[in-house]
Amino acid sequence: MSDQKLIEVENLKVYFPIHGKGLFRREIGAVKAVDGLSFYINKGETLGLVGESGSGKTTVGRALLRALDPTEGQVTFYLDDGQTVDVTALKGKDLRNFRRYMQLIFQDPRSSLNPRMTVRDIIAEPLVANKLEKGKAVDEKVRETAALCKLNLEHLRRFPHAFSGGQRQRVGIARALVSNPKFIVCDESVSALDVSIQAEILNLLMELQEELGVTYLFIAHDLSVVAHISDRVAVMYVGQLVELAATEELFFSPKHPYTEALLSAIPEVDPDLAMKPVILRGEIPNPANPPPGCRFHTRCPYAEDICKTDQPVWQEIEPEHFVACHFADTLQLKGVVADTAAENGRNT
Amino acid sequence: MSTINPVLDKETEEAQRYYSASQWQLVWWRFKKHRVALLGGLVLLFMFLSGLFAEFIGPYGGSTRNIEYLLGPPQIPRFWDENGFSLRPFVYGVTTERDPETLALIPITDTNVRNYIFFFIEGEPYKLLGIIESNIHLFGVQEGFVHLFGTDSLGQDLFSRVLIGTRTSLSIGVLGVLISFFLALFIGGVAGYAGGWLDYGIQRFTEIIRVIPIIPLYMGLAAAFPRDWSSTQVYFAMTLIIGLVGWPTLARRIRGQLLTLRNEDYVMAARLSGASPYRIISLHMLPAFMSYIVVDLVISFPYVILAETALSFIGLGLRPPSISWGVLLQDAQNIRAIEQAPWLFIPAAFVVVAVLAFTILGDGVRDAADPYSVH
Repeated sequence: MSDQKLIEVENLKVYFPIHGKGLFRREIGAVKAVDGLSFYINKGETLGLVGESGSGKTTVGRALLRALDPTEGQVTFYLDDGQTVDVTALKGKDLRNFRRYMQLIFQDPRSSLNPRMTVRDIIAEPLVANKLEKGKAVDEKVRETAALCKLNLEHLRRFPHAFSGGQRQRVGIARALVSNPKFIVCDESVSALDVSIQAEILNLLMELQEELGVTYLFIAHDLSVVAHISDRVAVMYVGQLVELAATEELFFSPKHPYTEALLSAIPEVDPDLAMKPVILRGEIPNPANPPPGCRFHTRCPYAEDICKTDQPVWQEIEPEHFVACHFADTLQLKGVVADTAAENGRNT
Repeated sequence: MSTINPVLDKETEEAQRYYSASQWQLVWWRFKKHRVALLGGLVLLFMFLSGLFAEFIGPYGGSTRNIEYLLGPPQIPRFWDENGFSLRPFVYGVTTERDPETLALIPITDTNVRNYIFFFIEGEPYKLLGIIESNIHLFGVQEGFVHLFGTDSLGQDLFSRVLIGTRTSLSIGVLGVLISFFLALFIGGVAGYAGGWLDYGIQRFTEIIRVIPIIPLYMGLAAAFPRDWSSTQVYFAMTLIIGLVGWPTLARRIRGQLLTLRNEDYVMAARLSGASPYRIISLHMLPAFMSYIVVDLVISFPYVILAETALSFIGLGLRPPSISWGVLLQDAQNIRAIEQAPWLFIPAAFVVVAVLAFTILGDGVRDAADPYSVH
C-alpha cells in the first residue's frame, strides 16, 4: 500500500429522475441516491464502504465504474504511467476500452454468470470482448487466472450450473481479474455466501491484492467483514458520506453519531463485552426527499437546533479522519471495545 | 438449486456429462422425459414428411378425376375374404350401374374382383418437391383403382388430396408464423432495447392491433383479394395476412424479455467487461430468450393453421383448385355430405390431430425450455 492516489472522486452526484403518471410522464423530482461525495482511494489499498440498505453504496460503486452515468462530479483515475483519465468524460469506444482497468465483483454469483456459457468463456469474456489477447494466449491467461483464484482447471469447460456458490464467486473473481485491472469494486461480494465460505473468499481477495497490487472498493453492510479486509472505511448515510477514517481509528474512536450507532450494532460473542446498542428510532429517510440540515438529525440522539437547518461541512477533523457533523469536536462517542476490534481488525 | 448441486468427490461419468452440458442438451434431456410431447413431435414430423412427399405417397394427382367412382366410399385394403388369404393386400373392383329411378351412376362393389395393391408402382407423372420428375408412386393398383379415403363429388381421390392439403396448410402455418416472428423480433426488439418514446409509441400501436377482432379483420383483408388472382397469389396473400395479424403477442413477449434481461447481472457484467452492444445482444441476451421464442412459435402454429382452415372453410381464404384442409372441408359443409358421404370429414381429423399434436408438443417444449429454472 502506498500513499499514491489511484482514484479521486469529487462532488459525485447520481440522481434518478421520477416521472409523473400522465401521458407525457414529466419529470417531477429525483431520487438523490448519491448526493455530493468526495473521497480518494490510494493505490493498493482497500476502502470499505458501509451503510444501511438504500444509503446509495451500490450506486457509488456503479457510478465509479460507469455502469451508471453520474449526474454531476468527476472521477479521476491515475494510471501507473502518470496518465490521468477523467472517467466521467469517457464515451463509447474509449469507455469500452478503459473498462479493462476497472471491474466489478457482483453480490450474487448465481445471476452474475451467464448460465449459457462455459466457465472458460465467462472468464475469457473481458479478454475477447476487448480483443486484449488472441488464440492460445486467451486460454493461457484464463488458466493462469483461474489457478490464481484456486479454481480446478479441469472444470473450465463446465457450465455455471455445476458449481456451488463459493466456486461461482471464484469464477466471478477470475473474470474480474483476467484483464489485469487496477481497480475492483466488490459490491457485497461475500454477503450471499455462507460464513465459512465468506472467510475463504475474503482471504482469497486479500491474497490476490498482495500478489497483484489491485485496489478494492469493498461495499458491504457487515461491519466485521469490512473490518477484516479494509485499510480505511467510509460510512454512508442517505447518499452522503458521514465519516471516513483508517479502520482502527474509525472503529475505536468514531466521530459521528451514526458511526457509533452502527458499531454498537455489531453482534458480540461475549455478552459481558457487548456495549449497549444505540437504538435508532424511525426509518432511513427517503432519498427523494431528504430532510434539511444534517440528514441524520431525524434519528440522531445528540441532535440540536442547528442540525435541523444547517448542513454540516465535510471536514478533516484529524489527519486522514474526515467527518460531517456539527459536534464532531465535542461529542464523546464510544467505539468498539478494544478486545473485539483486535480480533476483527486487520493489522492490530 | 437442490437438483444441480454437484457432489464433487464422487464424480460419475454421468455427472461429468451433466456438468459440461450446454443449454440445448439440457433442454433435450428434459424434453425426452416428456413422452407425450415426444409423440406429438413425431406425429408432426410424420405429417410434414407426408405433406412434403404428397405426390409420391398419394396414388393419384390432386385434381385427377375418376368418373367411374363419384362420391365413392373409402376402399379398405384386405388380406383375406371368403375366397381365401392373400399375402398381397387387395381392394375389390367396382362396377357402376345406373340407378333405375334417378339415373345416377351408382358404384357397386364386386367382391369377386380383386385389385391387388403393388408398391413402388408406375402411375401418373408428377414433379417431386417441384423439381424431380417421376412417375413412381408408393402404392397403386394395376387394374381398376384404389381410393383409401374415398372420393369427392367430382371423383377426386381424397387420400391424395388430403396429403396435398396437409402440405398447403402446414406450409401456410410455417410461413405465417415466420413472417409474424420476424416482424415481432424487429418491432419487439426495437421497443425493448431502445425504450423511451419509441417503446411507448410501439406499445400503443401494438395494443390497437390487438383490440381489433380477428375474424372480421381476416374477412376484411381476405375480401380485398381480387377475384382473378391465381391460386399461388392468393396463397401468398393469405400467408402474409396471417403473418401480419399474428405478430403483436410475440412482439410484446420479446420486448418484455429484453427489458428483463437488460437488468440481469450477467448482462451488466458483459457491459462492464467492455463488450459491444452487438456482442451483448447476440451473445448474452439472444440465447437467453431463444428458448421462450421457440415455445411461442410452437404454440402459435395451431392458431395459424386454424385461421387458414376457418377462412378457407367459409370461402374467404383459398379457393379451389387450391387444395388445403379448409378447402377440402368446404365439400363437407352440407347435409348431403353428412348423410351420404361422411368420409368427406376425414380432413377434419387431420386438422384436429395436427392442432393437438402442436399443443402437446408446445407443452413439452415449454416445460423443457428453461433448464435453469428451479422446480
